Amino acid sequence: MSAAPPADQPPARLEELLIAATARLLSGCGHIAVGVLSPIPGAAAILTGLREGARVTIIGSELPQHRSDGGVELFDLAAQGRIDAFFLSGGQIDGRANVNLTGIGAHPRMKVRWSGAFGSAFLYYMVPRVILFRQEHTRRVFPERVDFVTAPGVGPEGVLRPGGPHALVTGLCVMRFDRGRARFALESLHPGVTLEEVRDNTGFDFDAPARPPVTAPPDPETLALIRGEVLRRIADPYPAFAAGLAAAAGPEPRAQ
Amino acid sequence: MPSQPPRLEPDADALARLAPDGASVAIAKDPGAPMALTRALIRRGARGLRLVTVPTGAMAADMLIGAGCVARIETAGVSLGEFGPAARFADAVRAGAVEIRDATCPAVYAALQAGEKGQPFATIRGIIGSDLMRARPDWKVIDNPFAPGDRVVALPPLRPDLALMHVALADRRGNLWVGGRHELKTMAHAAHATLATAERIVEGDLAADPALAPNLIGGIYVAALAEAPRGAWPTAMPGAYARDDAHHRLYAAAARRADSFADYLRRFVLPREQAA
Repeated sequence: MSAAPPADQPPARLEELLIAATARLLSGCGHIAVGVLSPIPGAAAILTGLREGARVTIIGSELPQHRSDGGVELFDLAAQGRIDAFFLSGGQIDGRANVNLTGIGAHPRMKVRWSGAFGSAFLYYMVPRVILFRQEHTRRVFPERVDFVTAPGVGPEGVLRPGGPHALVTGLCVMRFDRGRARFALESLHPGVTLEEVRDNTGFDFDAPARPPVTAPPDPETLALIRGEVLRRIADPYPAFAAGLAAAAGPEPRAQ
Repeated sequence: MPSQPPRLEPDADALARLAPDGASVAIAKDPGAPMALTRALIRRGARGLRLVTVPTGAMAADMLIGAGCVARIETAGVSLGEFGPAARFADAVRAGAVEIRDATCPAVYAALQAGEKGQPFATIRGIIGSDLMRARPDWKVIDNPFAPGDRVVALPPLRPDLALMHVALADRRGNLWVGGRHELKTMAHAAHATLATAERIVEGDLAADPALAPNLIGGIYVAALAEAPRGAWPTAMPGAYARDDAHHRLYAAAARRADSFADYLRRFVLPREQAA
């Protein structure tokens, strides 16, 4: 974990950039939980755990430091405010941060049927910092309005809601969500991506500075950590993801 | 609730005959899915099952739906995870071949907990403002009686006819050792009866072992059990065997279409399983 980064480190791949960018959004969290099908968010959570000492619970992990006490407990922890950050994705996510995990068309016999809500219709309300993650950045995924609101981004009035959307990380950019205005604002563009490209591929309107900053790539030490201990741990629930990244990063540097 | 000692059946097929057509059956998420029992239900030609996934479903739910065993599914989600969408589930919902009751994970748990405690309903935060509320007219928004103006969702209790499960270890008294899978306890307590397969059924009383006793489902909940070595295959049985990824890929590919799914059933499900 404390090994110095090798001088001839291959540059960060997109997945590694996304892990580092997502980890920045988790800074300061005491307990981060990770749901199913979330290798990049899971890796970002582990990275934050290694750097800042955050506790990380990963659904599906059999590692003692990351597993939870059966399926029920994770939701009990969230209900009590013991989870600071969680991740959601969606078949569709719109400009008000409404998430659709259910499908397209009229419910129940939808034209396209996805898996279903999982824990979203509860955790989105209860976890203070929910980070939306979807690598595919297209108008198909980010329409003006979702077909089905599996979990709403804001509101409604008169409902206790300590949690909600904090940011959106995609393959093109990072956006922050303003809950008061129910609106996204561009925070940074990944290297080589233009604002025009993001606008062209986003079905909803969002705020953006005239000259958006570039998403900072991971520094050499962070990259070494991602390619070392982070990959080793994320391989528990996500062996194929870890093997793919490890192969791309080349052989692991040998201990001195 | 059964007061007799549980029936000891010779195999999963005998157990599957105890689950009548039309029964509501609860199955917990992977790992450790009751796959031998799932295949036996399909072989027996079960029909009209009302499936409750606890809280989500994967291959077992997809197979039961694809094989025409299920009339209704209550679920927080059905997916083959990293192997892709649950295509038999999605096709059946699209075609209206199964009735869907969309839920969310903690609502399934809370409703089962109300069932296990004999409570009239459970309450849960969140959900209000989700289109799930329109899909679930049986879920009601109520005022917190202790803090007027604080709206919460009331859920009817879930009391499935049968909890179906596979466990690592059981005894002839029907004690089922579930390890850390505590949701299996909730499920068994809420259901009217449990049918279980076990990797191994041993002599003696598991409750006499203080290391095992805290993680047992008591025999009082169990109607019948049968030994089924590798009964969770191709899902993983933690501590015993890993997930068969190659078979999951094979299934995911086969399940994409009705005809290749039928081939899958003919090859892997309809032939009666040999005891290991």
